[in-house]
Amino acid sequence: MLSHGGGGKETSELIGSIIFNGLYGQKGIDADKYDKYGFSSSDRHKDVCYAQNISGQKIKLLEDAAVLKSPQNIAFTTDCFTVKPIFFKGGDIGKLSVAGTVNDLSVMGAKPLFLSLGFIIEEGFFLADLEKIIKSISDESAKTGVMVVTGDTKVVPAGKADGIFINTSGIGEIIYDGLSVFNIAPGDIIIVSGNVGDHGAAVMSRREGIEMDVEIESDCASLWDMIDSVLKSVTGISAIRDATRGGLAAVLNEWAIAAEADIYAEENKIPVNDAVKGFCELLGFEPYQLACEGMAVFAVKPEFAEEALNVIKSHSLGKNASIIGTVVGNNNFAGGKDEARQTKVNAGSIRQSAGKVILKGIYGVNRLLDYPSGELLPRIC
Amino acid sequence: MEIYSDFKRKDDIERLISAIRDEIKRPVNIMEICGGHTHAIMKYGLNILLKDKINFLHGPGCPVCVMPVNRIDEAIEIVNSAGVILAVYGDMMRVPGTSSSLIKERAKGKDVRMIYSPLDIIKIAEDKSHKNKKIVFFAIGFETTTPMTAALLEEIIKRGIDNVFIHVNHVLVPPPINAILDSGDSLIDGFICPGHVSVMTGSGIYADIPHKYGKAAVITGFEPYDILSGALLMIRQINEKRPSVEIAYKRAVNEDGNKKAQDLVNKYFTVREEFEWRGFGKIPKSGLKLKNEFKDFDAEIIFKSKLEELYMQLESGRTRKESLLCKCGEILKGKSKPDDCPLFGKTCNPENPIGACMVSSEGACAAYYKYRY
Repeated sequence: MLSHGGGGKETSELIGSIIFNGLYGQKGIDADKYDKYGFSSSDRHKDVCYAQNISGQKIKLLEDAAVLKSPQNIAFTTDCFTVKPIFFKGGDIGKLSVAGTVNDLSVMGAKPLFLSLGFIIEEGFFLADLEKIIKSISDESAKTGVMVVTGDTKVVPAGKADGIFINTSGIGEIIYDGLSVFNIAPGDIIIVSGNVGDHGAAVMSRREGIEMDVEIESDCASLWDMIDSVLKSVTGISAIRDATRGGLAAVLNEWAIAAEADIYAEENKIPVNDAVKGFCELLGFEPYQLACEGMAVFAVKPEFAEEALNVIKSHSLGKNASIIGTVVGNNNFAGGKDEARQTKVNAGSIRQSAGKVILKGIYGVNRLLDYPSGELLPRIC
Repeated sequence: MEIYSDFKRKDDIERLISAIRDEIKRPVNIMEICGGHTHAIMKYGLNILLKDKINFLHGPGCPVCVMPVNRIDEAIEIVNSAGVILAVYGDMMRVPGTSSSLIKERAKGKDVRMIYSPLDIIKIAEDKSHKNKKIVFFAIGFETTTPMTAALLEEIIKRGIDNVFIHVNHVLVPPPINAILDSGDSLIDGFICPGHVSVMTGSGIYADIPHKYGKAAVITGFEPYDILSGALLMIRQINEKRPSVEIAYKRAVNEDGNKKAQDLVNKYFTVREEFEWRGFGKIPKSGLKLKNEFKDFDAEIIFKSKLEELYMQLESGRTRKESLLCKCGEILKGKSKPDDCPLFGKTCNPENPIGACMVSSEGACAAYYKYRY
């Protein structure tokens, strides 16, 4: 178990023996040199050691800051991870902290290169659990070839954090320029790359107070490879988003507002795992409002939509991809002019007039797919 | 997961819709009592598919919605006492009291825990670090959830746990229905009654609806297929002028219900003289309380002096927050619809609910806000 220290030796040993070893012990580092820097030797600051990423770039470690050669245009992002439970079916907080930041870079058309890794760990946290988390981080980074080049660890007194919190920041090289929500326009086709709601259901089903034994695995995965394959071969992609917090519903609502247009989607085209449907029905949730961690939503110009769908489907993470809807101008709403007018009238009374998501239900009746708000609270009956 | 999809099949639904349209002789007003039914009707658009034929009215069957302000205030008062852990069902957290809610109290650092099953409270109680805490369960719900509270009591007594107390807010389905029908000006032709209540109680509890008031009653489940086959049975009752209690949910409900659950409830609970409902006011014999012999577990008795202070404060001028413009009372009685209310979607919305029906995601206003555009 971890004990809290004000820094100094204990923390160095923690970083050395567990974190550093876990991240660089196996691969990517000059093993001869590293052996000298197991943090047990007293001369650790006298020499340098290097880590090497898959493109052969050598990074000097153990300095106060990583010195990087930056490409011309970079994307830079950061994300904090506090997921409970820390370990869940299909992943853990470590895997999530890499995939989450990798995906934020990827959806901007940036190839993920470097990560920072910050831990806030509660005193008493099990070292074995930390080792598992570090291994997940190492494994998940290797999938994209992204490298952890700097980091920090703080151990705080019991009760001042909840187990472990992780922050990762990421730098990526912009390979595909110009992806933006503001490109989205009426006519664009909406594609989801996989099942909706798996991560949210997997995590919530294990959460204290619910604890249901359902066979749902988080979809947590790094999406760069799939997104790269799409952007490499298909033009006409307006925007991409990973549907994390707030799920598909949040992405579509944000897009609708940015495009000042309605998005019209069909419920029976949205891929949802049956176990997730059942879980949602039981607790009164919408699968579309649950987080996904390995699924991206694409807005594509109509003439390229089929092509994009095929490329996504040919990737192992995109097998369940589906065209789910269209961006429609307020005046050519699919339900016809009357319905468009009615939409405006109704919307005027309770909602802003542009930028709604309308879902065609399984019996053909349209309804609103609302922006998720607040904490999802299970209903009692 | 066939049980998930079998009762949603599109061809079955279309067949039922056309049967209802063929057989119905005049437009009817049907009240679904339970929020779960309201939600399913709105989500699948059954009200739109039957527009001009069935006018669905949304009844008082959401236990979160009908909980009055003063009971929330009591829960807040209790969680502010020293050494208290308050356990509640999730959707109770947001319900506004006079000046706060349990979710706001949790944000202030009070120990409010969300549970899904009352038996989770055993785990909280048996945690050694909670030995000197008072663990209070804010128990709400209709006949469906009362047996679970009774099971909790049974278990804490069996294990000799002496620091768990229950704030009982369990209510009964039939009294508000009678209150609606007793008002005399109701246009309701029949009631769709919640299947899960009758799983526990059997079908007998609705006998007054046909026999005393001459209205139709059908007990059914929550899938689109269940709701529509229930509506079809009801249309036939109305056509043939033979009000009765019918079961359209025979896979789960029989006349007698779950005897074991009923015995468990009767062992611990007794009916209160009256209980206040949001939107209705006080309804006689509509709520439960612990029997006197279990008073050591009754939070209302254990925290009596604190709660009495609260009542004195309330009476001495702090006004309660039930808005005069809010139409929840009318909506719960089937006299108005959510969009008739001047507050709906404007000052009253799910983030800032003013009335009972916006509070829980199961409430009628919340369903209208969520699904209609």
